[in-house]
Amino acid sequence: MRTLVLAIALAAFWLALSGHYTPFLLSIGILCVLITVLVAQRMSIVDKEGQPIELFAAAPAYWLWLFIEIAKSAWSVSLIILDPRLPISPTFTRVRASQKTAAGMATYANSITLTPGTITTGVTGDVFDVHALVKAGADDLEAGGMDRRICQFEGTATPTSERKA
Amino acid sequence: MEMIADAISWCLIVPGCFFLVTGALGLLRMPDVYTRMHAASVIETLGATLLVLGLIVQAGLTLVALKLVFVLALLFFFGPVASHALAQAALHADVKPVLAEDRRSRNLDSGPTGLAGSKEEPSP
Repeated sequence: MRTLVLAIALAAFWLALSGHYTPFLLSIGILCVLITVLVAQRMSIVDKEGQPIELFAAAPAYWLWLFIEIAKSAWSVSLIILDPRLPISPTFTRVRASQKTAAGMATYANSITLTPGTITTGVTGDVFDVHALVKAGADDLEAGGMDRRICQFEGTATPTSERKA
Repeated sequence: MEMIADAISWCLIVPGCFFLVTGALGLLRMPDVYTRMHAASVIETLGATLLVLGLIVQAGLTLVALKLVFVLALLFFFGPVASHALAQAALHADVKPVLAEDRRSRNLDSGPTGLAGSKEEPSP
């Protein structure tokens, strides 16, 4: 199933990038897709982590939400940059990721980094080290709104305070 | 019709440029490598997105527009990886961040996540 999705995605990618639909180029495209799928399978990266097809349906809604978050924080970081006093209060903090899958945790870490004003600098187990430009940014992450949104996106139940030991 | 498309793409490209210039200014103004990265992330997220969206409107429904979407996707998937690698490298090289507050040792297991950090918060 994952292999099939990968092959279809690669074929569509080839067609979109090529733009030429002569038999010669199409057969080369099929050959390339087959080799790529074969190599990916031999590297065993066609799995839940490398090809998270479970997340595809929920992705557009999540991306829209993430983009709005990015726009909001990019605006506030811009205001800080343009402020003559440069009111920054750099803060290092750490937050717990409640996601169950590797793809979910990667999404969370990347979303933190994508949002201007916060950068994930390290991951230890399920704890992220985060550098924030202002204290308020660290506070927002510690409140866990983004964590919950990604759990919802991933399909994990909303996290509670109880944790695995 | 072309005028409407032009107007829309201007409305995307001009704010995009604003964020690019702001981000560049931030790169110059920020005190250390970590805070400079925050300024750079304004460029690579909102600035680049608005710019590419404006170009997509210019390209119309063509393969070029689709390729621009790929460029955008590439930025959004590789941008954070590069930022993360840069921050990690800086930390490994012992570049000390300019910090107003260090909460790295905060206790994560005391109650819900929302309350964990509040007790260490000094008054502003």
